Amino acid sequence: MHALEYAMKKTMYEKIWDSHLVVDVAGQAPLLYVDRHLMHEVTSPQAFEGLRLSSRKVRNPHSILATMDHCVPTKNRDLPIADPIAKKQIETMADNCRENGLNLYDMKNPNNGVIHVVVPEHGFVHPGMVVVCGDSHTATHGAFGALAFGIGTSEVEHVMATQTLPQKKSKTMQIIVNGELSKYASAKDIALAITGKIGTAGGTGYVIEYTGSAIRELSMEGRMTLCNMAIEAGARAGLIAPDEKTYDYLKGREFAPSGQYWEQALAYWKSLPSDDGAVFDATVTLDAADIAPQVSWGTSPEQVTGVDGVVPAPESFSDEIKRQACENALAYMGLTPNTKITDIAIDYVFIGSCTNGRIEDFRIAAEVAKGTKVAPGVTAIAVPGSYHVKQQAEQEGLDKIFTDAGWEWREPGCSMCLAMNGDELTKGQRSASTSNRNFEGRQGKGGRTHLVSPAMAAAAAAAGHFVDIRTL
Amino acid sequence: MEPYKKHESIAALMNRSNVDTDQIIPKQFLKKVERSGFGQHLFHDWRFNDDGSDNAEFELNKPAFKGAKILVAGDNFGCGSSREHAPWAIADYGFNTIISTSYADIFYNNCFKNGILAIKVDKVQLDKLMAEIAANEGVRFVVDLENQQVTTPGGNGFSFEIDPFRKGNLLSGLDDIGLTLKHVDKITEYEQQHKQNFPWLWA
Repeated sequence: MHALEYAMKKTMYEKIWDSHLVVDVAGQAPLLYVDRHLMHEVTSPQAFEGLRLSSRKVRNPHSILATMDHCVPTKNRDLPIADPIAKKQIETMADNCRENGLNLYDMKNPNNGVIHVVVPEHGFVHPGMVVVCGDSHTATHGAFGALAFGIGTSEVEHVMATQTLPQKKSKTMQIIVNGELSKYASAKDIALAITGKIGTAGGTGYVIEYTGSAIRELSMEGRMTLCNMAIEAGARAGLIAPDEKTYDYLKGREFAPSGQYWEQALAYWKSLPSDDGAVFDATVTLDAADIAPQVSWGTSPEQVTGVDGVVPAPESFSDEIKRQACENALAYMGLTPNTKITDIAIDYVFIGSCTNGRIEDFRIAAEVAKGTKVAPGVTAIAVPGSYHVKQQAEQEGLDKIFTDAGWEWREPGCSMCLAMNGDELTKGQRSASTSNRNFEGRQGKGGRTHLVSPAMAAAAAAAGHFVDIRTL
Repeated sequence: MEPYKKHESIAALMNRSNVDTDQIIPKQFLKKVERSGFGQHLFHDWRFNDDGSDNAEFELNKPAFKGAKILVAGDNFGCGSSREHAPWAIADYGFNTIISTSYADIFYNNCFKNGILAIKVDKVQLDKLMAEIAANEGVRFVVDLENQQVTTPGGNGFSFEIDPFRKGNLLSGLDDIGLTLKHVDKITEYEQQHKQNFPWLWA
């Protein structure tokens, strides 16, 4: 191949980057245009305050979709919010959206739910877009072939005022997953296995593109789960090339192109996938068949193993930092080296979050939960990612399966993923959770989190400890 | 934003890797609608005992580190949630400089927007700095952003790399939005083109 021809081959990331470059001058960070700006109540109030103080206006209110999710109660939604500070944050969000003419799905709105669940439901993100949100799990929308990443509150203000962001170009990493997943292994297990393999800083400075036959096989929901956790591997964003599944998913949704524009949009979307021969800065390969259902044992998403494994001993790490991290994690988690994962007893089960709060997640969990009973002493809650997920699940009778098995069926919200709304673990309690982070205190001070897939969570609820669902 | 000036300050040691933003500012403090006052909650769950008293075991509670402006910490500092409350808490507590081998992307960006200089060093250099602090708690380092130099009494000084754009903004204390809005004509021009290329986004 000639050098010129070689240079013309572009990755999907480079195509999106190039088409969104507004200003690129020496001595200043390139300015990238932002198509969609997603918002929730926790990371936006100070940005609106900043706009007010500088007498600036929102440049394009139509680019924004806002929801309330982090602080909202998942039960007794009709009662006033008990926590006065959370109540003020919710009210501030409503005031800010009203004053600036923004589309807000507030707590009582039938479209309400977790921002990264709600946005795809309405077809608000399309392939090729640049999408931001004051939330690290914005990476979720990479499932549609959009460059989607989390930003800080100063940047939220910046995007509102200018519709652009100064950005440094990332390196590109290709993660190839070929082969067939074993029964009950899921997108969540791929995500955890990747984080275990490359570490929580393995993707720092990179945008990851997931490719390979196992990725093509994933549903849109599964792709969202996988891209959602790109941030847990440190990456700026995760991307999956759009294909027929993407187009089928989008077609007919509220904010998807329609009529004369559909074909035009489709032609553009089909031009987005990375060119054959495009060069990535790094490549990682996994075989899907090797991925057992995963369970995290520590306090970082990279501290993870297969359900057929054991809790590692600190001495098993040759790297001094990893050895120390393992020792700290085992002390916090109250675990002893070489304990079989399936011997770890749990007190709490949480199914939900922007990682695993979609209809497919509740279907698979219900399949496992059907006809079982939550083990004595265990509390299990199912928290749909949105009212639409809740409604769909109820139409399919999934809520009944959960409640018959002794689960609580809740209203949508972020809930126990980060425990801001009062749903939390008490000190020493141990959870099987379908969320994305097992950091110390994430689900409540002193709480111990094990990250798993929805099917694994449902099996653990019935047994009272982790179970290798492949053997059920 | 305050312009960043050359200073000599106590360097506090936090010999931990993967310090995440959930630890820097636990979620129970994210409900405020203001930017200020987060310093009192910095590292809350590590810093305080259950009864609210200071946890004497926690490194930043050591008397020798009181008043430190420089934080020397392990690998991958600031990973996890995008919450800007983390750098707000760090700055409000009194730090204006962090030295580590690496940072999570979003956290790193957030630092510079809040007047915090995040310096990257290699592992060997970090180990030297950590050893110097451990041997002499309360030691003061000099940070000179203009000349991209850190000097220490133990002779472990070094020069560091930094993006010229970030450096300029820190030194001048300039507002990013104001800088971007100098290009408002280019943004408008781009939007016109964008409407032609992607009419369905504007329909």
